[in-house]
Amino acid sequence: MAWRDSRAHRSRLLLFMASIILGIAALVAITSFGESLERAVDDQARTLLGADLELRSAEPFSTLAESVIDSLGGAQSREIAFASMAYFPKSGGTRLAQVRALSGEFPYYGELETIPSGQGARYQAAGGALVDQGLMRQFGVAVGDSVKLGTYMFPVVGELTKVPDQAGAGMTIAPRIYIPLNLLEQTGLVRFGSRVSYRVFFKFEPGREVANLAEQLENRLRGQRIRIETVESRKETFGAVMKNLYRFLNLVAFIALLLGSIGVASSIHVYIKQKLASIAVLRCVGAQIRQTFYIYLIQAGVLGLIGSLAGAALGTLIQTFLPRVLDDFLLVEVDFILSGTALLKGLSTGLVMTLLFALLPLIAIRKVSPLLAIRASYESDAATRRDPLRWVIYGIIAVVVVVFAVSQTREWLYGIAFAAGLAIAFGLLAGMAKLLIWLVQRFFPRSWSYPWRQSLANLYRPNNQTLVLMLALGLGTFLITNLFLIQDILLRQVAASDSGNQPNLIFFDIQVDQNEALGQLVHSKGLPVYQNVPIVTLRLKSIRGREVEAIRDDSTSSIPSWALMREYRVTYRDTLINTEAITAGTWVPEMPPPADTVLISLESGIAEELQLGVGDDLVVDVQGVPLNARVGSIRRVNWQRVQPNFFIVFPKGVLEEAPQIRVLVTRTQSAESSATLQQAVVEAFPNVSAIDLTLVLRTVESILNKIAFVIRFMALFSILTGLIVLVAAVVTTRFQRIQESVLLRTLGARRELIRRILAQEYLYLGLLASLTGVLLAVASAWALARFAFQASFQIAWLPLLSIVLLVVGLTVLLGMLNSRGIATRPPLEILRAEG
Amino acid sequence: MDIASVLKVENLTKRYRSGERDLTVLDHVSFEVETGTTCAIVGPSGSGKTTLLGLCAGLDRSSEGAVFLNGVNLNELDEDARSRVRNQYVGFVFQNFQLIPTLTALENVMVPLELRGERGVQPRAEELLKRVGLGDRMDHYPVQLSGGEQQRVSLARAFINRPKILFADEPTGNLDAETSEKITELIFDLNRAAGTTLVLVTHDLDLAGYTGRIIRLKGGKVVADERVEMLDA
Repeated sequence: MAWRDSRAHRSRLLLFMASIILGIAALVAITSFGESLERAVDDQARTLLGADLELRSAEPFSTLAESVIDSLGGAQSREIAFASMAYFPKSGGTRLAQVRALSGEFPYYGELETIPSGQGARYQAAGGALVDQGLMRQFGVAVGDSVKLGTYMFPVVGELTKVPDQAGAGMTIAPRIYIPLNLLEQTGLVRFGSRVSYRVFFKFEPGREVANLAEQLENRLRGQRIRIETVESRKETFGAVMKNLYRFLNLVAFIALLLGSIGVASSIHVYIKQKLASIAVLRCVGAQIRQTFYIYLIQAGVLGLIGSLAGAALGTLIQTFLPRVLDDFLLVEVDFILSGTALLKGLSTGLVMTLLFALLPLIAIRKVSPLLAIRASYESDAATRRDPLRWVIYGIIAVVVVVFAVSQTREWLYGIAFAAGLAIAFGLLAGMAKLLIWLVQRFFPRSWSYPWRQSLANLYRPNNQTLVLMLALGLGTFLITNLFLIQDILLRQVAASDSGNQPNLIFFDIQVDQNEALGQLVHSKGLPVYQNVPIVTLRLKSIRGREVEAIRDDSTSSIPSWALMREYRVTYRDTLINTEAITAGTWVPEMPPPADTVLISLESGIAEELQLGVGDDLVVDVQGVPLNARVGSIRRVNWQRVQPNFFIVFPKGVLEEAPQIRVLVTRTQSAESSATLQQAVVEAFPNVSAIDLTLVLRTVESILNKIAFVIRFMALFSILTGLIVLVAAVVTTRFQRIQESVLLRTLGARRELIRRILAQEYLYLGLLASLTGVLLAVASAWALARFAFQASFQIAWLPLLSIVLLVVGLTVLLGMLNSRGIATRPPLEILRAEG
Repeated sequence: MDIASVLKVENLTKRYRSGERDLTVLDHVSFEVETGTTCAIVGPSGSGKTTLLGLCAGLDRSSEGAVFLNGVNLNELDEDARSRVRNQYVGFVFQNFQLIPTLTALENVMVPLELRGERGVQPRAEELLKRVGLGDRMDHYPVQLSGGEQQRVSLARAFINRPKILFADEPTGNLDAETSEKITELIFDLNRAAGTTLVLVTHDLDLAGYTGRIIRLKGGKVVADERVEMLDA
């Protein structure tokens, strides 16, 4: 019976189910991709590290450490890495780069991929440099040209296209340059105060237990501030990052599925309403409530299964494209594998969601009276709304959403938060949609011509799906607009630093004896010196009387180990700068010696991490000299300005004699004057590096663009689902549209007018839906700007207008395509329908 | 055509293709309806009544013959031109009322004039609704009105463009006896006041008896054309 009953409407029913296809497709694609990724990480774990073991330190290895390293055996490679200016004589360009001076055969697993190929194995012997591809392109450098690092000119022997542990191009402020370690000294770059990382990589003979070795090394190297990394630990860190990415994408896919399911519920609701007479007839001829209910439940189930199968097939196809979309974030080569689990998960989720959402309208069948067959009267939905079963189904849907979210986030709290967030987002969207509908109805100018009023009235025709369409299309628009606005806020914020007299160029690693000459050089170019800041490095020794190592090893302590063990770069001065404000305690400008305990100022964030408040004591180690300090004040710092800001600031009169380096901050008026100054500085002071605001801006923009691309790709699923729901809705109401059109034709309307009314109806729908998304996105972006980024909020109208136009255009296009033939139906049908 | 005839039907034939063979629904029907008169087309199911009404109102094209509405040969016009003629000269009343569900009673009545692009039509629509006794239901939607009330709205809509001719297709077919009587009175009252020509298609011989002329159809042919002079006043 279910099969026979569906006979006349099968294509329409299939269209309803098409709403879930994209959601299932996204889910299958992402799950399958996640599995491929996991397998790829397992297979290529060694290339993530490039070795079996890595020891890393921010200072040269001590004698003790060296003897331990010697005792480990195996093949060893050494690396000294630091930031420095690279100068390309061919174009005269300079840019901050990450220099990696390497000896030995690292990477032992994977390779430094170069053009021409194989240069990764030859550059050390050739005494040349391998330069990041993006960097070479930026300055028009070719293999065979030169790059000057410090005082040494290297021939460029290869273009680096892929490094085992580095993400895509344009994602870092300092692109990489590899040079042979034996030529490092000749660059003269590693000097006092330079931020340098020292590494040694090991490759052991097969069968050696690296995990045990790492554990032993933890004990043997305790207190040496050496970080030990194994293939397993790298895999864990990397896997965690990838899993977060994968779970995030999976949740976005789930949103698309949820939207599709709402579309299914809405379409079936209309379908059942149109079937009421048939249901009543069935009841009249003796069908039980249960039987009529099952007829339609079976229809929904079978179609849900077909929709899920189609979604799974599409998802399998999409999965092959995902590695390309995510290429810049992946450090491993992901191969396509067809995942049975993903298919099963997609199919079962699709079926469960379809049945659950279909149940909402289907339960109304239980209330259909056989009387309807003989007396067609208007029946209110009120009885169905009060149906307690409806609330049970809502409850089950909520539980399914929470269970799915929890299975993705693997944390109850996050899962519930996601589900709650989703409910709030849907609620807000629905609220906004209802508000817009109400406002338009309330304030629509009655003086507008008839087609405008009629097309608006059409949105409220019986069995309309206006709200669901606004929700589906609105959500996609919201995601894309919100993303765009946040990107805009962040970029504006960085760009704002380049306005007025804000500094935009920082020189760092300046030796004390170079400070005066560098200042003069800057002045000689007619540029101001905004700040010339001393920097002293120190470490924490104890906090409130407890050694930092003891706190780190204490499992009950929640102070993060990085905050305890890191090297702090501090400054001293007698005034606050314009990015700082005291939030607690008193600012102490100067402490004349001999001061037993120095009153220092802590930045609010680090004070929180270290769990320190005003009056707390600590001991710091200033390059071997212990110093008693007390928190005198807490400062709030605006880190978004391009200028040196510090976690810890000392008063004047304490650190003046300590070994230090300087940072100089200036402002250039143009990219050219910035480049000229940087070139002059690199030539005169090769060890001094510079960060240019334009460079930061470009990098931030590049990273944001790549993230945005991934999110847009996912948001597309929501928009497309919305459009499918639209097509289903138009098809569902086609009969009504034809009736309206035929009536108007009978009363004298021309075909062109009918088409205009139809087009304007879709125009309103697209406008209302996109406005729902855009308005909510503007509100949420404003809230983020105001409360999260503390940034000013400006709306970029033109791109928003483009988004609205795109959604409206697509809605009108699809609506009209599916309304073909309606305007040309012969008016005679009105009389035929009469009989 | 005689200037006194608002509708002239000449040798009207309509054939449909049904599978392999032609089905003749109307077979060389001819008659004229004079301006200001009332006329009923009656006949059993399948006699061609509705087809004849559709052709007379320009809703369909004939296979042979011609229909002159207010002197205009409908066969020579394309669909949009016929729409204009309908909008200008014709009013309709349907069995199922055929109101637009998304518009209020008042808005439904205004539609024909608004389709012409006329402005300021609300006072006339309000006046007509008051005349049909719905002065207090103007802002109600069709779903909020009873069958009789919906047919009154439909009547007001039919008269708003001051039609030369009103076509009514079983106007009381969906109403109970008491309401039918009231609607019938209203149709004839309004028609008399406006001086409109009325062409009625019905099964109901009692209703047909209110008109001044009854054309009987059977098997697509006119089998009788009776005039009842005394009622046609």
